[in-house]
Amino acid sequence: MAVKTLTIDGKAISAREEQTILQAARENGISIPTLCQLNGTSDIGACRLCLVEVAGIPKLLPACVTRVGEGMEVSTDSERIREYRKMIVELLFAERNHVCAACVENGHCELQDLAISVGMDHSRYDYMNPKCAVDITHKRYGIDHNRCVLCGRCVRVCDEIEGAHTWDFQGRGANTRTISDMFVPWGQAASCTSCGKCVQACPTGAIFRRGSTVAEMQKDRTRLDFIVTAREKKQWIA
Amino acid sequence: MSQRIVIDPVTRIEGHAKISIQLDDQGQVEGARFHVTEFRGFEKFCLGRPFWEMPGITARICGICPISHILGSAKAGDAILAVKVSEQANKLRRLMNLGQYVQSHALSFFHLSAPDFLLGWDSDPATRNVFGLIKANPDLARKGIRLRQFGQEIISLLGGSKIHPAWAVPGGVRGPLTTEGIDWIKDRLPEANETAELALSLFKGMMDKFKTETQIFGNFPSLFMSLVGPDGEWEHHDGGLRFVDAAGNILADHVAAADYQTVIGEAVEPWSYLKFPYFKLMGYPAGGYRVGPLARLNCAEHMQTPRAERELQEFKGLASGSVNNTFLYHYARLVEIIAALDTIEQLVSDPDIQSDMVRADAGVNNLRGVGITEAPRGTLFHDYTVNRDGLLEHVNLIVSTGQNNLAMNRTVEQIARHYVHGEKIEEGMLNRVEAGIRCYDPCLSCSTHAVGQMPMEVSLLAHDGSVLDTVARA
Repeated sequence: MAVKTLTIDGKAISAREEQTILQAARENGISIPTLCQLNGTSDIGACRLCLVEVAGIPKLLPACVTRVGEGMEVSTDSERIREYRKMIVELLFAERNHVCAACVENGHCELQDLAISVGMDHSRYDYMNPKCAVDITHKRYGIDHNRCVLCGRCVRVCDEIEGAHTWDFQGRGANTRTISDMFVPWGQAASCTSCGKCVQACPTGAIFRRGSTVAEMQKDRTRLDFIVTAREKKQWIA
Repeated sequence: MSQRIVIDPVTRIEGHAKISIQLDDQGQVEGARFHVTEFRGFEKFCLGRPFWEMPGITARICGICPISHILGSAKAGDAILAVKVSEQANKLRRLMNLGQYVQSHALSFFHLSAPDFLLGWDSDPATRNVFGLIKANPDLARKGIRLRQFGQEIISLLGGSKIHPAWAVPGGVRGPLTTEGIDWIKDRLPEANETAELALSLFKGMMDKFKTETQIFGNFPSLFMSLVGPDGEWEHHDGGLRFVDAAGNILADHVAAADYQTVIGEAVEPWSYLKFPYFKLMGYPAGGYRVGPLARLNCAEHMQTPRAERELQEFKGLASGSVNNTFLYHYARLVEIIAALDTIEQLVSDPDIQSDMVRADAGVNNLRGVGITEAPRGTLFHDYTVNRDGLLEHVNLIVSTGQNNLAMNRTVEQIARHYVHGEKIEEGMLNRVEAGIRCYDPCLSCSTHAVGQMPMEVSLLAHDGSVLDTVARA
C-alpha cells in the first residue's frame, strides 16, 4: 500500500494513494462541505461544494473525486473558495422552489444547513420558479421535485445499495428530472421495493415519508453506511 | 362639488387598508368604503401541494392567529382522512386554541385598543399607542403584556414555538403537554385571572363614558354567526354553525361543517380585495352577518363554567335580543378571556392532555374535507378538494375578517355620518373611524388570500382634499 504525503491547509498529512482529498481531509479532522457525497455510495462530483485549491493547478478541483498526490498542497478555505461555495448554494436555491418555512424537512435539511454555514442571506440570482410536480402516488413515500437538488444520492443508493435502480435522471441541465423506472409515477414503478433508502439518502425534503407534515421529516443516513460496511465486511456471517 | 376623503393607512390593525368617504354636493356624507388593499393568493398557490402540508402553509397567512389556520386546516385534513381524532388530541387542540384566544384578545384589548380608551380618542396620535400606555399606566400595560405572554406560552409549551407551530396535523396532534408545561400554566393562572378580571371591570366602569361610541360605532341590526355546542353553549372549536338575527331569533342551527355552503355565499366588489360573505337565505347584501366575540356571545345560550356564565348573562342583559353595538366587541372579547381561562384551568387538570395516543394514521378516504374553527376574530373555514393521492385541487378559505366586511363598511359609514359635516375633516373623526374598525380587531392579511385580477382604483388627492385624478383598472 503506497502512501502519499501532502499538506492540507498547511497541515502535513499522509494518506493511502487510493484515497481522495476529501477522505484524507476528514481523516485528519479537516472539514470540507459536501452535498452529493454520501458515505456508502460512489462519489460523482456533482454538486461542486467540495471544491478545493491545489497549488500549481489554476482551476478548483472537487475534493470528493480527486485522488491525493505526492507533495500536493491543498487549500480548503480561501476567499475565492468561500465565494464559489456561496454562489453554488445560491444557485441551488434559485434553480427550484425551496420554501423552507413550509417544508417537511425544515430544521433537518442539509441544504438549509449549507446555506447557513456558507453565510447565504439571499440569492443574488433570479429565482427560476420552475413548474415542478409532486408525486405521492407511492403508498408510503413521496417526491417533491420543487425541493430536488439533483444530487443523485437517491439514484446511487437505489442502484448501488438496494440494487433496484428504480431512480435515474431524465433531461439535461436545469431541466433534468429525477424519474422512477421509465418515467412512470413512483407508485407504478415495478422495480421499487419500497425499502425507503432513497428517503433516508435525500439531503432535502424532496423525498419524504407520505403523510409527513411541516418540519417533521428527520432522516438517518448512518444506516446506509452501516448496511454497506456490514455487507463488505461480512458482519452478518458468524 | 362632491369630495372624497381618504384615510390611508389605517393604523393599529393587522394589515393594510384604506378608507374613502364620499361627500355629496352639500358636503354631507353620501357613503363610505373600507378598502382592503392587500393581496395574498393562498387559494391559488396551495394547489398541487399534499394536504398534509396545509396546516404548515396556511399558518403563514397570519402571525397573530396562526393557530386558527393550523386547527382549521388539520380539521379539514381529518375529514379527508375520514378519521375522528382521539378525545385526547381534541382536548389538546382545544387547549391550544384557548391559549390563542387569551393572547390574541389581550393583544387587541391592551396593545391596540386600550390606548384609545385610556388615553382618550383625541390625545396625540404619536403617543396614543401601547408605548404611550406604558408611560401613562405602566402597571396596567405590564399586566396586559404578561396576560398575552401567558396565552403565547401555552401555544409554545404545546407546539414548540409561539408562532407557526406545525403541531396540529391531519389525524390529531404531534404530542401531548409535559408535566412541566402543566405546572407552568397552573402557576401563572391566578395572575392571568386577576388581570382578566381587572380589564373587565375597567371596561364596565368606562361604559357610561363611552355612551356616544357605543351608539355610533357600528350600532345597527345584523345577523350573527358562530359555532355553538350541541346544547347551544359557547363553542370555540367544535359544534355546528348557528345564525341569529338582531332580535336574537335562531335562523339556522347546528349546520355541519360539510354543509356550510348551503348557508353561506361569497360576493365580490370591484373596490376591495376582501370578499363579502353573506347568509344565503337572505341574499346579498341583506344577509350580511357579523362574526367574532360579539357574535359568539350573541349565538351562545350559556357558558360552560359558572364565572363565565355570570358574565355572559350580564352581557346579554345589555339588550333584549342580540347585542348589536359593535363597540361592545371589546366587552365580549374580555368575557371570552374569562371563559378561556376557566376552560384552560379545567383542561390542565385533565390527565388526557398527557396521553401520547394523539395521532390517527390513515390514507385519503374522502376527496373533500371542510374544517371549521372559531378563530379569535370569528369563524374560519378551510375547504379542500384533493385528488386520489391527496394533492390539492381546490382550496376555499373563508376567514373571520372577511365575514365582518359588510359590517365594517356600515360601521365606517355610520361614524362618518356622525362626525363629518362640511369639507373639513377633524382629527377626532379620523381617530373614531379607525377605532370603529379596530372594534372588529380586523386581520386583513388573513382575509385577502384569494387570487385573481380585480379592478383597482387609485385616487390622487390634493392637499386640500379635492380629487385631482382617478385612475381605474377595469
